[in-house]
Amino acid sequence: MSRRPRDRDIIEKIAVPADSAADGGGSTLSRRSFLKGAGAAAAAASLLGVSPAEADVSAPNPPLAGSAERLGPGPAAFNLRINGAARTVAAEPRVTLLGVLRDHLGLTGTKLVCDRGACGACTVHLDGAPVASCMMLAVDARGHEITTIEGLGAPDRMNALQNAFVSNDALQCGFCTPGITMALSAALGANPNPSPEEIKRAIAGNICRCGTYPHVIEAALAAAKAARGRA
Amino acid sequence: MKRFAVIAPADLSAAARMLAEPNRSALAGGVDLLDLLKQELAAPDELVNLKALGGLDRIESESGGALRIGPLVTLHQLAASPAVRARHPALADAAAEAATPQLRNLATVGGNLAQRPRCWYFRNPAIVCLKKGGSKCYAVAGLNRYHAILGGGPSFIVNPSNLAPALVAYDATLTLHGPDGARKLAIAEFFTLPKADPRRENALIPGEIIAAIDVPAPPAGARSAYIEAREKQSFDWPLASAVAILAMNRAGEIEYARIVMGAVAPIPWRAPSAEKILHGARLDRAVADRAAQAALEGAAPLAHNAYKIPIARAMVRRAILRAGGIADETA
Repeated sequence: MSRRPRDRDIIEKIAVPADSAADGGGSTLSRRSFLKGAGAAAAAASLLGVSPAEADVSAPNPPLAGSAERLGPGPAAFNLRINGAARTVAAEPRVTLLGVLRDHLGLTGTKLVCDRGACGACTVHLDGAPVASCMMLAVDARGHEITTIEGLGAPDRMNALQNAFVSNDALQCGFCTPGITMALSAALGANPNPSPEEIKRAIAGNICRCGTYPHVIEAALAAAKAARGRA
Repeated sequence: MKRFAVIAPADLSAAARMLAEPNRSALAGGVDLLDLLKQELAAPDELVNLKALGGLDRIESESGGALRIGPLVTLHQLAASPAVRARHPALADAAAEAATPQLRNLATVGGNLAQRPRCWYFRNPAIVCLKKGGSKCYAVAGLNRYHAILGGGPSFIVNPSNLAPALVAYDATLTLHGPDGARKLAIAEFFTLPKADPRRENALIPGEIIAAIDVPAPPAGARSAYIEAREKQSFDWPLASAVAILAMNRAGEIEYARIVMGAVAPIPWRAPSAEKILHGARLDRAVADRAAQAALEGAAPLAHNAYKIPIARAMVRRAILRAGGIADETA
């Protein structure tokens, strides 16, 4: 399968000076804070394929005969419910839910990896069910309750599953961890007493190239047991 | 990905009229469509969002066991439905084995049936193959380990749908809603061979939408099974799959048999020669073996996919034995 440059590659080409450290290092300026600051507007505009001057939300298009609504192709304003809060975004209809979460709302816990629904790194909940946010248009998420990893917990107030990941050493590089955590938290919500086999099926759509699966399964079993103990 | 607008049609007829215009694509679950859009294999100006239409995401079951499945029912809904599992377990299992939890929650039944093939030459935007209006099928002389062993030529894709073989075996009928009204079509006639037109995989005419999938109840006492083999166990497209439906009479003889294979041909591949061997026989392992042998008669492998023949044969044998309630010692 051929590969085109990804958003991430494009951002790095635009915004990261050749001599900057990969991810901040000893510098006070990390790649992420740099991007979120001066470079963000230009980078976001380039992702949309429009110049900053064009990035205003266009007036609604005249509806076609027989249609209730027509959005785009330019940026359109619409509402989403994310982690319990109403958010208004302005994005082209071609932008995926993943693109809106990361590039418009700064919710970068949800990861972009394969961009084809094959790796699970972009897993979020749609009305409590795990979905691949890279394979869904953001405009299609309207009217649904979206939960991202940021809605599950934070480093200073992790939920039981996140704590179980730490205590069971269930991650190495951590890049797949938000997606696996989202897949498992949905599965444990639907089935509080899963077998190891059921946990494997729940994470069948998540790839971890560090190979932490055995510890992930241990963490899920531990979190389920702890939750049953509390119930 | 090219920019596009998303239109919400007011009703099914309006959606069909919109889709009959050039450069428009139907948006349902969006899984295969987004893949095609990202690869720039599809470049519509407008998507007609079928999810704006109400009532297409339900499974209705009749007291006799027949099902009416809406095209926007997700694979997860199908896999988790007690009504589907009760009389059509091969369909529930085919849905449960497809893709990943994250995709089963998005992907729809209509989209699963209408998805484009997974052939890597077709999916590569740099290659203009026969399916894209080019002059040759690159699988013929190329890397063809996942391609057709039956029914191929001039294109050698395999039908990628897990649900299709099960729906063919259960004799489903599709309601297709087009710009000039609705028609019904047996699902076996929905899928078309590349011989007819290598650029297409089904009988949909421009503007037509799969509006309903009707699945009759199988014969009284029938038992069915779906089984697939895949390279990667977590999730993958099958190398071969098989559906068996069997019903026995009071004397224990098979009086109804349906055998359909998936991932071996450009369409779901029914095996009448296997059904003939089963008909009237008392099921045992030898009969299942003979039927499986017959199912793959006439297979014509390419350079790198002859290995699929014994795999498909094993899937047929195991599906028959599972449907017949006989333990398979080789499984």
